[in-house]
Amino acid sequence: MIICIKNGILVDPVRRSLEHLDLLIEHGKIIDIVPSLASLEAVSCDQTIDASGKFVIPGLIDMHVHLREPGYEYKETVASGTMAAVAGGFSAVACMPNTLPPNDCRAVTEFILRQAERAGRARVYPIAAITVGQKGKSLTEFGDLKNAGAVGVSDDGFPVTNSEIMRRAMEYANYHGLAVISHSEDLALSSNGVIHEGQVSTRIGLPGIPSASEEIMVFREIALSRLTGCPVHIAHVSTAGSVELIRRAKDDGLPVTAETAPHYFTLDHSALTGYDTSFKVKPPLRTKEDVIAVKQGLSEGVIDVIATDHAPHSPMEKDVTFDEAEFGMIGLETALPLTLNLVREGILDLPDAIAKLSCNPASILHVSGGCLQKGSDADLAIIDTDCVYKLLPEDIVSKSKNSPFVGRILKGRNELTMVGGNIVFERKT
Amino acid sequence: MSYLACKDLISMAQLSVDDIQLILDTAESLKDISERDIKKVPTLRGKTVVNFFYEPSTRTRMSFEIAAKRLSADTFNLTASSSSIVKGETLTDTIHNIQAMHPDIIVIRHPSTGTPHLLASQVSAGIVNAGDGINEHPTQALLDMLTIKEKKGRINGLKIVIVGDIAHSRVARSNIFGLTKLGADVTVSGPPTMIPVKIEDLGVKVVFDPRKAVKDKDVIMLLRIQLERQNKFLLSTLREYSSFFGMTEEIIQYAKQDAIVMHPGPINRGVEINNSLADAESSVILEQVTNGVAIRMAVLYLLIGGQTSDNMH
Repeated sequence: MIICIKNGILVDPVRRSLEHLDLLIEHGKIIDIVPSLASLEAVSCDQTIDASGKFVIPGLIDMHVHLREPGYEYKETVASGTMAAVAGGFSAVACMPNTLPPNDCRAVTEFILRQAERAGRARVYPIAAITVGQKGKSLTEFGDLKNAGAVGVSDDGFPVTNSEIMRRAMEYANYHGLAVISHSEDLALSSNGVIHEGQVSTRIGLPGIPSASEEIMVFREIALSRLTGCPVHIAHVSTAGSVELIRRAKDDGLPVTAETAPHYFTLDHSALTGYDTSFKVKPPLRTKEDVIAVKQGLSEGVIDVIATDHAPHSPMEKDVTFDEAEFGMIGLETALPLTLNLVREGILDLPDAIAKLSCNPASILHVSGGCLQKGSDADLAIIDTDCVYKLLPEDIVSKSKNSPFVGRILKGRNELTMVGGNIVFERKT
Repeated sequence: MSYLACKDLISMAQLSVDDIQLILDTAESLKDISERDIKKVPTLRGKTVVNFFYEPSTRTRMSFEIAAKRLSADTFNLTASSSSIVKGETLTDTIHNIQAMHPDIIVIRHPSTGTPHLLASQVSAGIVNAGDGINEHPTQALLDMLTIKEKKGRINGLKIVIVGDIAHSRVARSNIFGLTKLGADVTVSGPPTMIPVKIEDLGVKVVFDPRKAVKDKDVIMLLRIQLERQNKFLLSTLREYSSFFGMTEEIIQYAKQDAIVMHPGPINRGVEINNSLADAESSVILEQVTNGVAIRMAVLYLLIGGQTSDNMH
């Protein structure tokens, strides 16, 4: 069976191009890319998808999500999370290991992959824990985890405090070709903080988390990368200081990469007027100056990737006092419109924006995808960049609805997602 | 007689100047009830006030209870350890259960900032904040303001210094909001570990040296050094705090001659205030406690008194 996607504008983030091209897909692969209005009639298509007025992009890859399974299925499952992913235009996600039990052994990695296969939506790339139980004491079996299907290691929200263990993790991960991802935070300095330490925390009386809490660990990871030669990826960059540290590391030629999340280039701490726990996230929403620096970092290529840190939580964790509420917000279904805002603001051009959501994370994780070329997997999305709508909780596919963008007007939406040539999401009109 | 327009008293940050004046004026007029032989008026007869305290409190809880009883309201006390919280019930479930018994006012103290705000949006009973985390303690600020007004005849234009752990003090924050609204010139002082970032943005000055901070002030407001915060590395030892920031007669010399010394209690004698100063004529600490009852009577009356036809006197 041959599927043809016609009349769309094809975004190729690898060649940084925008062209009117049609795609032919067979057996899950792109078999040909031809100019629009070419003699397509010559090929007998079994199915034709009309993408007029829309952009055809590689399936997006979110290298930082929490699928919550096993252990917290009431928040999200591999099935519900990958359903939310494909709704948002993502054909693949990398899931963090802080499940229950944590993903620190082959059994959990294989279980997650089996659940992903059963769900049959987005591709799932497990990120395994660096240390057993994410306790920061002893290294997990990197080789076995890699063979089981893990693509990277991270202790995420329980960052490795002991610098020697982190050094050894980098040396060992580099040997096995696993990406090392750092949630950079000095937990002792963050203390009992719940929002950014600054004007707003003082005004509304909530304990603060200083920017230094992030920057200290960003600097350590850069120093360890210099020591070991191991590539390190800094997760969810939120401060101007971190952007500057990463810029200098790159200037020094170190293999350091970085991501930020849409909320860090969209919101600042002044959004916290009340005590709405949907704004409680780690790292916290920072200042306007930090938002500007993050945007500049994206624009200059200091920040390689946009990842959502999709962190579903149920009302049990969010309809509580601000101190008690869990950190985190969902992001899979809002990443695309918020990133398109950067294109509209002139921070990024469209191929660049898509690159940060596809080929760049693919190359950091050493996974396929992120490109639309003859012979590549037919992982793609068709997006409407002009569609304007209000985000309503009932329209959110994720099991959890903890988004600070609920009720906001968004512009741009994914219409169709294809993974391996199968249409796994199609928006009902 | 007018009443507060809102159903809750959550924060000084949210109160208007007119509302603050109304509460202070009402408290002044209610104060004499506590000085009578029969310390009770029927104003809030048939009303129910629940005191829900998640944190230990003697003074504030007792003050609210006495205030409610002097207005003939029925009062109930609930603490976290005596409630279903210990059985695992969530705060919102507990509060909905309390609401189902139709109280008119729920007075709440909670260790987390924003808790009264959260509850106010969920129940129809009036919520009175008796202290939320490090955020606010509005009735304490109001009673402090009443005391200052009585002693100084005004608040506008007064020079006031607050000394202590400003960063973790809900008393300081409520007073900063309230006093600056009424036109006072407010300075905060203490070791740098206890002064929060960007506090100047709230319209106050920061002067670390206690002598310079106290200089020419009309009011010196001391805060309790919370011994339980010692593990936060805010200070090395109480002895060191006391020797550098403890208020003494020697430091008070720098203030105006008729300056008053205030403290929300409970005081740590020999730490933030030396022994003799606590008992000196300039100290108005016990008058603050007396005014606390009047302020809480006024707040209860202004929130729910409008719903009754009973005459106040």
